[in-house]
Amino acid sequence: MSKRVGLEASFAAAEAARMANVDVIAAYPITPQTHIPERLAEMVANGELEAAYIPVESEHSALSACLGSAAVGARTFTATAGQGLELMHEVVYVASSMRYPIVMTVCNRALSAPLSVWGDHSDAMAVRDTGWIQVFCQNNQEAFDMTLWAFRVGEDSRVLLPVMVHFDGFSLSHVTEPVILPEQEEVDRFLPKFQYAFALNPDKPMTHGAFGPPDIYSETKVAQEVALRKSKGVILQGWQEFGDVFGRYYDPVESYKIEGAKLLLLTMGSFSETAKAAIDTKKDSGESVGLINLRLWRPFPFEELRQAVKDAETLVVFDRCISFGGPVGPVCSEVRSALYNEKKRPAVVSFIGGLGGRDVSVKDFEYVIDRGREVAQKGSKELFEMVGIRGQVTGIRG
Amino acid sequence: MAKKKPKTVSDLTWKDLEVGNIVKEAGGASARKTGDWRTERPVLDKEKCTKCALCWLYCPDAAIKPTEEGYYEADLDYCKGCGICANICPVGAITMTQEEEQ
Repeated sequence: MSKRVGLEASFAAAEAARMANVDVIAAYPITPQTHIPERLAEMVANGELEAAYIPVESEHSALSACLGSAAVGARTFTATAGQGLELMHEVVYVASSMRYPIVMTVCNRALSAPLSVWGDHSDAMAVRDTGWIQVFCQNNQEAFDMTLWAFRVGEDSRVLLPVMVHFDGFSLSHVTEPVILPEQEEVDRFLPKFQYAFALNPDKPMTHGAFGPPDIYSETKVAQEVALRKSKGVILQGWQEFGDVFGRYYDPVESYKIEGAKLLLLTMGSFSETAKAAIDTKKDSGESVGLINLRLWRPFPFEELRQAVKDAETLVVFDRCISFGGPVGPVCSEVRSALYNEKKRPAVVSFIGGLGGRDVSVKDFEYVIDRGREVAQKGSKELFEMVGIRGQVTGIRG
Repeated sequence: MAKKKPKTVSDLTWKDLEVGNIVKEAGGASARKTGDWRTERPVLDKEKCTKCALCWLYCPDAAIKPTEEGYYEADLDYCKGCGICANICPVGAITMTQEEEQ
């Protein structure tokens, strides 16, 4: 029997890594991710988990150690946040281009300066193009579920790509919620052993990480790009199988009350649950609104997004990151681009808020819906609008 | 479609690449001449050479090979001209010489 326990998302992720029976953990503690390596180190020390815990001197080393671990075919886990993800940045690219299925939790955190340990999506957006499969969790149950699922998908011989599981720092990482933990037998049924055909082995020498001169580099990048896009099939299959075993089914694009809605709000991560409450309030007062929670970030779910918004007049996208000097929020930019060639598409309006841990309330989302509708109808001089900023924001012009 | 086995990297399409660009056979570099960017080459003075084999031992690229007469000479298809052999030679039998002067 599965059991319902109170866990913060950090402990849920650590528990998922334990139940996945990881072989190697290499991580460097950083707020708000600290509880994950702390808990896993404790499990290894207590004998609850038979794994190698590699203490390292930085995030760059953490992910580098993970490369070596994955190269010999070990199930490998790490976690980081904010500045830590920035420090490992160059290795983030190496993991995906060498096709090592490392699973990494990112407890989303704002980037310095000014120093902030609190949440937003700046760290995630900075690794947008690194070639990892990436998902955003809405709550602590998803933090557990996506971590398990990430091993299943990344290690699939048809995929062999690293997976980043994002959840919001503090608002999920440090908040206790009910989480349903499955039986080990169920996890084992869902998650086969990692069998890596190219594992480094002194008895059968081969080269990992060969040099790529100009006459081959472009071909390697095409192969990598096609592999990431093709992983979509296994991603969907993984969620289907997850649902069949655990009873919770997931989609790349989650729709909430979008049937017939004229205005749709699009959010990612834990803000989606707050936004759902705003949708409920608006619906109760007779407004035609719905919510889209973008769960799968890479590979981008073009088809599902187009399908979900095809009948809407307005699509309001809420970002938790500024793309400095760019068109709109980074998520909005991609959403708008994904819809650009559609004959019938909604007006896409960009809002940015919730930076560096700033709270965005149900009331704020109600405002975003009202103001978004107004901008779609009357237009605005600004490329995007900020939510909850003191002082009128002007000068964001294209 | 019958496919000829590609011989050089330039013949490979993106579909020919192994996952993660792994090279499954060991020692693949020997199939390519890797010394073409050398600027200096080691030249051996056989009068001075004592056949001690230190150059062979220290060459980081296994480019120095024993000859039939028992000397050790660099295989210029692979030698990168790093000069370690010249530096390690206890009797000064190896001189690094500019490629242009050859």
